[in-house]
Amino acid sequence: MGYPHPSHPRETPVISKHFGDAEARTLAGWQAHGGYDVLRQALATDPVEIQNVVKESGLRGRGGAGFPTGVKWSFMKPDGKTHYLVINADESEPGTFKDREIMRWTPHQLVEGTAIAAHAIYAETAYIYIRGEYTEPIARVREAVREAYAAGILGANAMGSGKRVDVHVHKGAGAYICGEETALMNSLEGRRGNPRIKPPFPAVAGLFAQPTTINNVETVCAVPHVLRHGAEWYKSLSSPSNPKSTGTKLFSVCGNVAKPGNYEVGMGFPMKDFLWDLCGGPPAGREFKAIIPGGSSVPILTPEECAAAVMDYEGIQSAGSLLGSGGVICFDDTQDMVRQIARLARFYAHESCAQCTQCREGTAWTVKILERIRDGEGTMKDLDTLLEIADNMTGKTICVLSDSCATPVVSGLKKFRHEFEAKIPKNRSMAMIPDLAPATA
Amino acid sequence: MTAPAAPANPGMVTLTIEGREVIVPPGTSLLEAAKTAGVLVPHYCYHPSLPVAGVCRMCLVEVEKFPKLAPACATSAGEGQVVHVHSEKAREARKGVLEFLLINHPLDCPICDQSGECELQDYTFAEGRKDSRYMEPKRFNPMEDFGGDVLYVPNRCILCTRCVRFMDVVAKDPVLNVSERGDRAYIGKFEGRDLTHAWASNVVDLCPVGALLSKDFLNKARAWELDRAASICPSCSQGCNVTLETRDNVVVRIRPRPNAAVNQHFACDVGRLNYRWINRRDRLEFPQVRDSGTGLAVASWSAAIAATTQLMRGAARITVLASPGLSNEALFLLNRIAAHTNASMVMTIARGPGAPLPGVKDLALRAERAPNHTGAELLGFHEVATPVASLAPGDLLLVVDAAAAMTDVPEGVRVIVIGTALDDVLRNAAAVALPVCTFAEEDGTFTNLRGRVQRFLQAKAPPAQVRPSYRVLGELASALGAGSFPVLASDVFAELAATVPAFNGMTYRSLGLQGDMVTTPMEITA
Amino acid sequence: MSLHTMAPDGHTADHADAPVFAGARRAELDELLTRYPTKMAALLPALWMVQEERGWVSPEGMEEVARVLDLTPAYVKGVVTFYTMYHQHPVGQHFVQVCTTTPCNVCGAEDVVTAFLRETTCGELGVTSADGRYTVVEVECLGACGFATPVMINEALVECVSVDSVKDLLAGLD
Repeated sequence: MGYPHPSHPRETPVISKHFGDAEARTLAGWQAHGGYDVLRQALATDPVEIQNVVKESGLRGRGGAGFPTGVKWSFMKPDGKTHYLVINADESEPGTFKDREIMRWTPHQLVEGTAIAAHAIYAETAYIYIRGEYTEPIARVREAVREAYAAGILGANAMGSGKRVDVHVHKGAGAYICGEETALMNSLEGRRGNPRIKPPFPAVAGLFAQPTTINNVETVCAVPHVLRHGAEWYKSLSSPSNPKSTGTKLFSVCGNVAKPGNYEVGMGFPMKDFLWDLCGGPPAGREFKAIIPGGSSVPILTPEECAAAVMDYEGIQSAGSLLGSGGVICFDDTQDMVRQIARLARFYAHESCAQCTQCREGTAWTVKILERIRDGEGTMKDLDTLLEIADNMTGKTICVLSDSCATPVVSGLKKFRHEFEAKIPKNRSMAMIPDLAPATA
Repeated sequence: MTAPAAPANPGMVTLTIEGREVIVPPGTSLLEAAKTAGVLVPHYCYHPSLPVAGVCRMCLVEVEKFPKLAPACATSAGEGQVVHVHSEKAREARKGVLEFLLINHPLDCPICDQSGECELQDYTFAEGRKDSRYMEPKRFNPMEDFGGDVLYVPNRCILCTRCVRFMDVVAKDPVLNVSERGDRAYIGKFEGRDLTHAWASNVVDLCPVGALLSKDFLNKARAWELDRAASICPSCSQGCNVTLETRDNVVVRIRPRPNAAVNQHFACDVGRLNYRWINRRDRLEFPQVRDSGTGLAVASWSAAIAATTQLMRGAARITVLASPGLSNEALFLLNRIAAHTNASMVMTIARGPGAPLPGVKDLALRAERAPNHTGAELLGFHEVATPVASLAPGDLLLVVDAAAAMTDVPEGVRVIVIGTALDDVLRNAAAVALPVCTFAEEDGTFTNLRGRVQRFLQAKAPPAQVRPSYRVLGELASALGAGSFPVLASDVFAELAATVPAFNGMTYRSLGLQGDMVTTPMEITA
Repeated sequence: MSLHTMAPDGHTADHADAPVFAGARRAELDELLTRYPTKMAALLPALWMVQEERGWVSPEGMEEVARVLDLTPAYVKGVVTFYTMYHQHPVGQHFVQVCTTTPCNVCGAEDVVTAFLRETTCGELGVTSADGRYTVVEVECLGACGFATPVMINEALVECVSVDSVKDLLAGLD
């Protein structure tokens, strides 16, 4: 549902069906909605069969990468080694707040999906890594896990199946980069949240050097529904014109928009209707100026580009951006794009782990130049420098935080260059800028 | 999709790097593979003795058909790959890394010790931008004394993390960390817990720039003023390969030299800092003979040798007390002298606490604080607790570079000193004093505790009339009638190798600068 | 979660020398250690326990954690300084964290910050008020972007804070 707003008739509430329903949080409440029936059946099903259904359904990772979930699971073989499932609940991509709602309204949905996924990848242990700031979701999920253990749903003999399923909640401590799957594993192991070089890939050597699968919260929450109703049903929820993007997606809508909130729609939903109908369009008396469709790391789109786009992986890509995490950030015509892009760069500079030279230095340098331009102290040469820095930061690092910082700079300069130029005083040379020369002696 | 073609060289990986064919074992990184073709991939954080980090991003190379540039240190060579290290894309990427490293790096070259041996200078000069377009204030953090011999200058740090990885994985004492995040990051430690590990100073060598400095070496010399000679550390029996660095004939620094079989890339702090004695000025500089009335007086070499010979021929019993810090060559000649004069051959070995480097197999600061006690044993010397205990009036004691072992001289014992300095005990007792070089002033070999025979090369000129030990002892041996002995160190070694079975077949050429094992197996004691 | 009342000069009130991992907390740590194959993996949870008990992670706290988990203090410090939520010095009784990342920024988050700085008398970001009650900081995206402006006060999240609601919000705190 467009929580906190009432569900829009054109939404397809599957994962978000019980947002706002306090009863659904409890084990009893969840079971009343049919909860854990699917888990019981799944535990009696061969993992490969489960993997195949999920493959057939076309479910793709909902954290941002969009990798086919069933395929990811199929990398985990019954090799007798200890496998781990890690649920990435480190939702920190600016503009994204869907996993928060899933966890605080339907924690049992997450627990059930987690248990099924663990079984499907031959893992007996799953860790749910929740960002440290998510106090309420942590409390709700911990309570749901406690209830599930007490009811014998989790534990050494999960639902009487003879199989062990252990789920542990692990609290983060404030680092966006821990949402990157290899950094998350390092953080879970008690290290600094530094991303790892790949290879080795997690399915070969991940958490504690064991074969590991990392899945997003929304992804595993789709699984019980896929198994209950089947792959064909899941495919039927989305627009038939694009078989590569199936099922539903929760889009987190925020910023300058009439009705911010989480909206669950079938993949392939027309973005024009989404923004102006479901979300109510821009705030009263204003117009949209820019939309970032998939969390702050994807290119900025103009309202016109959005109006022509469909909301699925391929659709947003052909519109010139990426579906990413589905965090839709709206900017209206009173916003200063230079100011906001500078603020975005500051976010990335704050979150850089410091491993790679380009990211560690490039993010901070980008911020300094953008803030100087924002404050009226920029030069035209700065714009060229920004683009060269962005190019040097792209495709050259262990993870894509560096690229993500470059993206709004590049797309911002491409589509809103006039705003940057308007802030640059005419006939200005660097020599005229006070306080930039280092103090002598 | 067709199956991949069979490898060109079964069991190996064949690929092309900068147009040269390279054949390496599977699992070899592109960076190491490039080395075999004589191609250097510029890098900072990679080090052959440390686990791969892949963080500096300097080693990005272009591999045809790869969607992105690949970090050469962290990418395995693949069959049929075509790799470009100096293509435009790779060079642009490196130029970018260099620019990013320099934006906060202070222009400290005029006052930085690393200048002249700085990898940031080197690569920037070769491939960096000619100007800076950074117009913002630079990041500043104050210097920090890390304890031990190490000073940290955060402003210069490029966060390659070699130091952190060394202390963690090789020294197994994780006292260094990366603190904070992003451009606020720096190398940190915990208050009150210092870098006092016995092998900590290796981080100074590992640091590619002037962020980690030796306090001992601070502001002492410029890298380009130094003369360098390959040598062997004389501080214990491990036999770490080192380089002696001198400025104007004064040793100012000892640094490790790589030897995979002995010390990899490392040396301990005791060995590093134990060089001041080499520069001592109160040397025995001229041969001296005691005149019955007036004491020791300067004499000519021939007169001094003659006096020595006469005293030795007239002695009832001769004891040769040699230092286990003498070269194999010198000890061999003493062996010849002892054989000819029926002398007993003894030594004392100073000891101290050992300190292993846990991450490297069989590497430690050894309890035996001498470089050649094994060589001495192979050449007939045995250890005694107190050398003077068994001496009686009428005996002659030949003290060869072993002044430290002498606390007193018994009544009626004649002493001949062959050494580098005369201390109070010997100054009053010596009948003859013959000056010889320190190991830094002559060529020679040591045998380490495992039986590895390793060359050391002359690093500085000796003062005044001082002569190499093997030359003085060769002349003495000839004068005594023990045989005719060559003058050059290599020739003396050749005689040694022909005579002593453990050394059979060795020559200076065969030893090279990495050494070779004695032929008789050595017992591995602790 | 309770915090010690901090005097403005930052000294903690009581039992700062007693170990954290004793009694119930030790039992909690022992249970935690059964969940992971390594001791190191219990580091983040252990640091949370220290902060819950003491209000911040002091050098003594880091040393204790290092001892119980067989790590070095330098290692623990490297981890503590990586994560923003561990306080490396004491903070006010009410630690006010205002999200100002772009989605909230376009909804006026910076004005909310200004209002907090004024109403708490802190005046400056990161500086604890003279009476020790408040510290105000800006934080990055809290994951509640649709509920702008979200503000965390200690561990509790308050949604939809506006410039007008700041005063009442503060008044409602103990």
